Amino acid sequence: MRIPLAYNIRNLAARRVSTILTALGIGLVSWVFIFTLALAGGFQSALQTTGSPQNAIVVRNGSTAEVTSIIDRESAAAIESQPEIAKSPDGSALATHELVVLWNLPRKSGTTTNVVVRGVTAKSFALRPQVHLIQGRMFRPGLEEVVVGALAHERIAHCLVGDKIRLAGHEWSIVGVFDAHGTSFDSEIWGDVQLFMPVFDRPVYQSVTFRLDEPSHFGAIQKRLEADPRMSVRVHHEDEFYAAQSATLAALLRGLGLFVTLIMALGAVFGALNTMYAAVGSRTKEIGTLLALGFSRGAVLVSFLIESVMLALFGGFLGCLLALPVNGMATSTTNFASFSEVAFRFQVTPQMLLAGMIFAAVMGALGGWFPSRNASRRVIVEALRQA
Amino acid sequence: MKFFRLILANLMRSKRRTFLTTFSIAIALFLFCTLRTVITSFEASLRASEATRLVVRHGASLVFPLPLSYEDRLARVPGVTGVTYGNWFGGVYQDPKNQFAQFAMDVPTMFDLFPDTVLPEDQKKAFLAERTSCIVGRALAKKFGWKIGDAVPILGTIYPGDWRFVIRGIYEGRTKDVDENTLFFHWDYLNESLPQGRKDYVGIYWLRIASPSMAAAVSERVDDMFRNSSQPTKTETEKAFQAGFISMIGNIQLLLTILGSAIVFAIMLVTINTMMMAARERTTEIAVLKTLGFSDGLILRLVGGEALLVSLVGGVLGCGLAALIFHEMDFTGGGFFPNFRVLPETILAGLLLAVLMGVLSGVAPAVSAARLRIANALRKVA
Repeated sequence: MRIPLAYNIRNLAARRVSTILTALGIGLVSWVFIFTLALAGGFQSALQTTGSPQNAIVVRNGSTAEVTSIIDRESAAAIESQPEIAKSPDGSALATHELVVLWNLPRKSGTTTNVVVRGVTAKSFALRPQVHLIQGRMFRPGLEEVVVGALAHERIAHCLVGDKIRLAGHEWSIVGVFDAHGTSFDSEIWGDVQLFMPVFDRPVYQSVTFRLDEPSHFGAIQKRLEADPRMSVRVHHEDEFYAAQSATLAALLRGLGLFVTLIMALGAVFGALNTMYAAVGSRTKEIGTLLALGFSRGAVLVSFLIESVMLALFGGFLGCLLALPVNGMATSTTNFASFSEVAFRFQVTPQMLLAGMIFAAVMGALGGWFPSRNASRRVIVEALRQA
Repeated sequence: MKFFRLILANLMRSKRRTFLTTFSIAIALFLFCTLRTVITSFEASLRASEATRLVVRHGASLVFPLPLSYEDRLARVPGVTGVTYGNWFGGVYQDPKNQFAQFAMDVPTMFDLFPDTVLPEDQKKAFLAERTSCIVGRALAKKFGWKIGDAVPILGTIYPGDWRFVIRGIYEGRTKDVDENTLFFHWDYLNESLPQGRKDYVGIYWLRIASPSMAAAVSERVDDMFRNSSQPTKTETEKAFQAGFISMIGNIQLLLTILGSAIVFAIMLVTINTMMMAARERTTEIAVLKTLGFSDGLILRLVGGEALLVSLVGGVLGCGLAALIFHEMDFTGGGFFPNFRVLPETILAGLLLAVLMGVLSGVAPAVSAARLRIANALRKVA
């Protein structure tokens, strides 16, 4: 027969202070676990979802970031005339050539940062359907107007609609804010590429991006362009290109998170062990009584294990509650492939919360196992004899 | 101190609990030292920067270079006693994951400006004499197993092409804060390989000034000189320049601090709990001690001392382990932390934290033990 759950709940309630302290300890460990997952997840998705698998990006051979790439006008035209490129409704190639520069701009906090300023064409928006205006209007080609990404708008000084921003000795009106769905475009400033080229004194583009008519045609176009003697370029899947830029830092963040959480979990398991040993120790007589009443040793073991897991789940629940406000918090770091700022938001997903709860339950089970086994092995007579 | 043995005996009565508590504190302090060292290793470049060095770069953006012709004009600015220059090369060795810095430097002047980069005289001569040679830091050489005479192939990203540099020297830092994970090669070699339009451009100029107090005046003078040219400059102290780079890492520092605090706090809760349980179990015993004439103050010190001792031992273990492990491992986090080393300040802070944890976790049980009423406590004995 099983020992009723109410017994465990009442036990936890009876030792209120100890229960809350242990649960909070385990809860904080779950919180740290969810926090690091949300951090690494947010950063990774900022760069990883920046590209689309249907798009290909062409940069100069050897460049790992657009900033260090150069594609001259003739090469760009040759790339955009490839037959495998999808057509837009008006029959022209669905391809864009862009200029990318880093510009020193002050953050709202006063420190300065390197912001990606991207010269784009109308096709740039067609190629990235996730980009849409959330405030103001689109810049008009030929005018000194720019639109800013949602996170640049939030974190960089003077990036409100109606503000003017100084780039390359010119005053640019900010006429709109776009949302790029958490991708690194959210940290950028976009304007007309044809106007940017003379103003920034750059006679060349940095990259050409196009949509493939058939994803399977990637190999053919890659082979042809990379062998083309007129240019020295590399063709990448757009999503892989951006994901590679985040690989090192994301791995580092994940590794650090894993390292911290695992070691910390060990500490929490020690704590749970302590609590449960004490719980078992102070209830020796009770255990003796339970065994004398005819509850099996297995039932006692299960009961104490359940109590420990319940305690841990309570902690895990507290950890999840604490983790909820973290969701959506914006922070920034640097894309070390391009030295530009990437802002991103913490993403707390239901899966992460679930992982946090499971993590807590495992800590509870590990911490409860030895004390529970200890309890179930008591000799009835000795246990009852004890004060 | 004659009661020290009593404290020890008390701790030894439940060896398991003492062990578990000590180790959970050690773990907390180990993590604290690790996270703190992540932050201090980012800041190593700040400690290595010299107050008499200024950095001159393009005013608008890192990606724009300055003309080589600025060198003479910079050298003539009053207060400037030396000039050197270099370009960030940004190449890839074998795999993009092998991150380390490469600089093309004006070799004849670089050692004058950077006396902390120490190279044996014969190696320096060999480096100076060979245009395609390079020198590498000791830590970097160790990481990749390079020896003098090895050729290092590097794929250029900013300067396209396959480059090869022959190692002619392995430098060491004069202090531990000097980065030993960089490859330096000849700016002249880079420059002559570039196409016409990209020749004679410099990424960064370093200036040495006669005294730190002249930094503001010289910076202003340099920036004024080039203000209306097509390549304006931004001049700042090396420290400010490095601080700018560190701020690029962003709020990661704040995040690590939050994490570190959460860890310490969590373990502290657990420790408080354990200490309270330990004291509660001994209610009768404490009452007996009081009956024997132990004063309230002494009981307070005995119970509190127990918590303090456990925390301190845990703290020494945790901090010591961190210092030892990271020292032995030569950990660099994939090139992100070229200077991963637990500072004495960090260890001191960790130990203080351990004491704080001991005091905080000992206070509640110690006070309640001291306040214990003998009659009430003894009545519990069945």
